[in-house]
Amino acid sequence: MDNAVILAAESPLAPNLWELLVTVAGFAVLMYIVIKFVMPAFEKTFAERTEAIEGGIAKAEAAQAEANAAREEYKQQLLDARTEANRIREEARAEGAQILAELKEKAVVEATRISAQAEAQIEADRQAAVVSLRAEVGTLATELASRIVGESLADDARSARVVDRFLADLEAQSATQSAGAAK
Amino acid sequence: MIALALPAQTTTEEGFVPPTIEEAHPPNILPWNTEYGVWFAPGFGKQMLLVILSVVLIGAFFYVASRRGQLVPGKLQFVGEAAYGFVRNSIGKDIIGGRDFLKYVPWLFTAFFFILVNNIFGAVPLLQIPSFSHPGSAYAIAAIFYILWIAVGVKKHGLRYFKLAVVPSGVPWYIMPLVVPIEIISNFLVRPVTHSLRLFATMLAGHLIVMLAGSAIEFMALSGNVLLQGTGLLVLGGAIAMYMLEALIMVLQAYVFTLLAAIYIEGALHADAH
Repeated sequence: MDNAVILAAESPLAPNLWELLVTVAGFAVLMYIVIKFVMPAFEKTFAERTEAIEGGIAKAEAAQAEANAAREEYKQQLLDARTEANRIREEARAEGAQILAELKEKAVVEATRISAQAEAQIEADRQAAVVSLRAEVGTLATELASRIVGESLADDARSARVVDRFLADLEAQSATQSAGAAK
Repeated sequence: MIALALPAQTTTEEGFVPPTIEEAHPPNILPWNTEYGVWFAPGFGKQMLLVILSVVLIGAFFYVASRRGQLVPGKLQFVGEAAYGFVRNSIGKDIIGGRDFLKYVPWLFTAFFFILVNNIFGAVPLLQIPSFSHPGSAYAIAAIFYILWIAVGVKKHGLRYFKLAVVPSGVPWYIMPLVVPIEIISNFLVRPVTHSLRLFATMLAGHLIVMLAGSAIEFMALSGNVLLQGTGLLVLGGAIAMYMLEALIMVLQAYVFTLLAAIYIEGALHADAH
């Protein structure tokens, strides 16, 4: 019995039970501190940090999206403005062409009108000249003839006939002359 | 050759007495200078003081480091977070994984730093005892995790857990009589023993080597023999190298213990998938 106790005492594997107890108690105290204070604090910090980082990323993503949207909008506006400008330019060009065409047309019409008017005026003047000339020539010729031939020719009917015949001869003569000149 | 021959010669003349394991157990503090004993021998020793000191150090450090909880950490908080994050992610998350690994992080975290600091005490001058070189502490911490992972398994799978743990799936029935006893022995008997002895033995062996080198250097330096004193310098160089190796093993064993604890918990949680 004594021998067994001595052997046990000498064995390096024999534990001191008080040390065993102190170790368990120490472990328990440390577990309490870790569970009560250390772990919640660290886990809270970790969670907060993760949240902060993820929140920052989300914020940056939102800002990026916003910037993209603004850029798209700006691009769209630029495109719209460019289209609008093109449209206006096209319109202006079309309008200008139309105005030009209208003016040309008007000018042509005016020119035609003016030339027609001039022609008509010329014709009228000529007619007037012809009429007055004819009357005047007739009168002059008659007067001259009556003076030459005497009072006998004062009869209107006869004088008219004579004048007409004279004029017809004159015209025929001038016509043959002008025809000869044309030849 | 000379170095090997000379001590043998002098040992016979003056008697070099190597330190024994008993010297890894210094006398008690309370009652003062009484003999260290095992089993129920009363007395408050240096090792117990160191265990309590480690609890105070770890608790105070992590309490202060975690208290501020700033988004941009200061130096102290950064170190605390790195230490916590290492156990949480590299051991807890990577080994246990899933949604509820966080439940087991306090166990792993506490175990890792409890063992780490107590081991490193062995490399600190004056303290110089790795607490887990005393088997009682090693048994205690291994037992805590033995109970923990069995409890986790039973809680998750009910009593069916013991069947799941010892009857592997996909094994032909005629091999079962061979496999089941092996599984019982390896999972429920050998596992806690290796879990505790691995820690205890590496710590005790490292402590003994440094202690042996120290006493040898002292003996050689005081021998008055110039050749022996020169050899003592060689031993000193070797002792320093062993001290460095020991420091590495102290950290490594804390990691290995925690890693195995995590693997056992994971095995209990997913006993049906193994």
